[in-house]
Amino acid sequence: MKRRIYFDHAATTPISPKVLEELGREAGLIGNPSSLHFFGRQVREQVESAREEIAAALGAKASEVIFTGSGTEANNTAIKGLFWKRAPRKVIVSTSIEHHAVLDPIHWLVQHEGALHRNLQVDRRGCPNFRQLKEIVDQEGDEIALISLIHTNNELGTVIDLERISSIIGGIPLHLDAVQSLGKVNFNFQASGAISAAISAHKVGGPLGVGALLLRHGIDVTPLLHGGGQERDIRSGTLNAPGILAFALAIKEMKENFNSQVEKVKGLRARMIAIINEKVPDASFNGTGDAPGILNVTFPGTDNEASLLLFDSAGIAASTGSACSQGVAETSHVLLGIGLSESEARSTLRFSLNHRNDMDEVEYFGEVLTNVIAKARAAFAAGSRS
Amino acid sequence: MKLIAAMSGGVDSAVAAARAHEEGHEVIGVHLALSKNPQKYRSGARGCCTVEDSHDARRAADRIGIPFYIWDMSDEFHQGVVEDFLSEYQSGRTPNPCLRCNEKIKFAAVLDRARAMGFDGVVTGHYAQIRDASIDGLSFRAMYRAIDPAKDQSYVLAVLNGEQLNGAFFPLGDTTKEKIREEAKRRNLAVAAKPDSHDICFVPSGDNAGWLRERLGSETGAIIDESGEKLGEHRGAYTYTVGQRRGLGITKPREDGAPRYVLRIEPISNTVVVGERDSLAITEIIGERVIWCGPAPKAAMSGADSGSARGLVQVRAHGKAIGCSYTMVGGSDRDDDGDVNGKKIRITCDEPIYGLAPGQGAVLYDGDRVVGSSTVLETR
Repeated sequence: MKRRIYFDHAATTPISPKVLEELGREAGLIGNPSSLHFFGRQVREQVESAREEIAAALGAKASEVIFTGSGTEANNTAIKGLFWKRAPRKVIVSTSIEHHAVLDPIHWLVQHEGALHRNLQVDRRGCPNFRQLKEIVDQEGDEIALISLIHTNNELGTVIDLERISSIIGGIPLHLDAVQSLGKVNFNFQASGAISAAISAHKVGGPLGVGALLLRHGIDVTPLLHGGGQERDIRSGTLNAPGILAFALAIKEMKENFNSQVEKVKGLRARMIAIINEKVPDASFNGTGDAPGILNVTFPGTDNEASLLLFDSAGIAASTGSACSQGVAETSHVLLGIGLSESEARSTLRFSLNHRNDMDEVEYFGEVLTNVIAKARAAFAAGSRS
Repeated sequence: MKLIAAMSGGVDSAVAAARAHEEGHEVIGVHLALSKNPQKYRSGARGCCTVEDSHDARRAADRIGIPFYIWDMSDEFHQGVVEDFLSEYQSGRTPNPCLRCNEKIKFAAVLDRARAMGFDGVVTGHYAQIRDASIDGLSFRAMYRAIDPAKDQSYVLAVLNGEQLNGAFFPLGDTTKEKIREEAKRRNLAVAAKPDSHDICFVPSGDNAGWLRERLGSETGAIIDESGEKLGEHRGAYTYTVGQRRGLGITKPREDGAPRYVLRIEPISNTVVVGERDSLAITEIIGERVIWCGPAPKAAMSGADSGSARGLVQVRAHGKAIGCSYTMVGGSDRDDDGDVNGKKIRITCDEPIYGLAPGQGAVLYDGDRVVGSSTVLETR
């Protein structure tokens, strides 16, 4: 049996054993939380307790948690919902290194709803240009429907400086894509200054198919889904009660172990960087390292199509960090956004670690690294010849 | 062995990958993305360039239980196949893009990359057979026709030299297409009943003339007979094919009512020359870009212009093979890897061939064994 090592936790995390147990137990419960009878009440009580736990863990009020089916849905709800609610304001501000779950709804609004997109530049590490942000706010403040920023970048691990941003934007609504923040960095909704934030269960040891939009109390957005009026009338649809309970447990586990887990991941990251520096001295690292689990590495003279395959063949799961839903992997817009060239971006891989990895796995990575990169370089050279 | 299985999303390549995997090889499925925007070249599910095709390929790989990746070969494909196709037509020639794709992409760019990554070769769903052969005490890996004559693809694979053949694996050559579909069904591959692709994969809707007109313009020119008399006007000379009879746009019929055929295309004067069927007959082919699929036949090589070898020549994918003699003429000596630099081949056919255009492939066989190929330069 080939050894398999999972270094792609930014894509999704394995469900925690306790959470899995909880999910199995809850899946057997009878009752729609909207029903008035005993069964409904029983489930509803548990869902509301879960809502309170999640809210408390993230510095939000219970009424500020709106459950969704995914982080993508939460981002779409916030961006489209706020844009429509704040009509006739047309301007949306975001960076070019947002996740597609943010970029694409904005693009859709530009194409179909007359939105005007202002692209906030970022530096080589993925940090927004505050001077430009101030200029946009000064010039178009009244016209801005919302500002949408990724809190922890999924490819780079860079965390934005919320204090600086809040001081610049004043009362303009700020939406945060915080999907990658849970479990990796401290995130407190109250302190963030944001009006809304998207989160997702499966990035933090919870189940797939559950997310939430944290939406400031008293703020209303135009819903995407109409129906039974669940979730403050913002997200209709029968609540995924087992998923929500499992989500709450995953967040609870994360909070309880946060410091020790982050310290462990920091140690793994440091060792991995040392190995890469030793074996591939011309490799370079992208991002700030704020979220220690995300390690974004450029291996010059390779093509990530080949290196990903070779790592996979050696039993190590990594990622090119880019969507390939259309078949052909696109060059990462995030890496191009921070100023990497097309060829640098195409020679870059993301390894994302979490506390379930161990030093043994990192050492194994070190054992195969030289061979994988040598073969990837040979494949790249063969491609340049043909 | 470690093998890359090129998976188009069709039934043949899926079964080929499954067979290789079943034989115990370490197989990795790869779908070649031939366009950056997969819908660009074709829509519908008959080709190998659509998003659905890549999904079909992925689904088949998952079912077989092998890893699957998509390799972006769009730049290589555009340069090596699509641009070559356009420039050949522009020069009044009739290229075969499948031949070029096998030569430049599947068994060059992909095979080179695979070998660099530590793989031993590339598995495809082509219908051809590879067996060890021995001639004059020399053993080598040789390519033979598939047992299913209706599906035999040895013609489009005859551009592979010995080195490329060493890394080529065709697990389907010993089986009929019908049996392959049954096998796909037995293996629970969802593509078992998927229709075959027939057209050129990068030409939407199979409208070759329209596709060429869009890219090369539709400058009108004269259609003339062999005496030079103008008989009509064309809308882009390259949309005609040597041997073509229908849709010529001739306004002046022959007095005896006999049909006219395209005899040749003259790109410089933008003229299409038509004439009677007998004028299409040729018995001698001069070919360039000679490639031997194994050792070069000694009889054809011995001494400048003096020797000749016997064999069969085939000029279309499913055309008839005709008896012939062939010999190398002019140029420098054969180089080590089986390719021939600057040398041309003269093929003398035992009976006339009709409607052969420059640019087509002339493939030589010894019985069912593929000896080599060349690109038709001129005919007499």
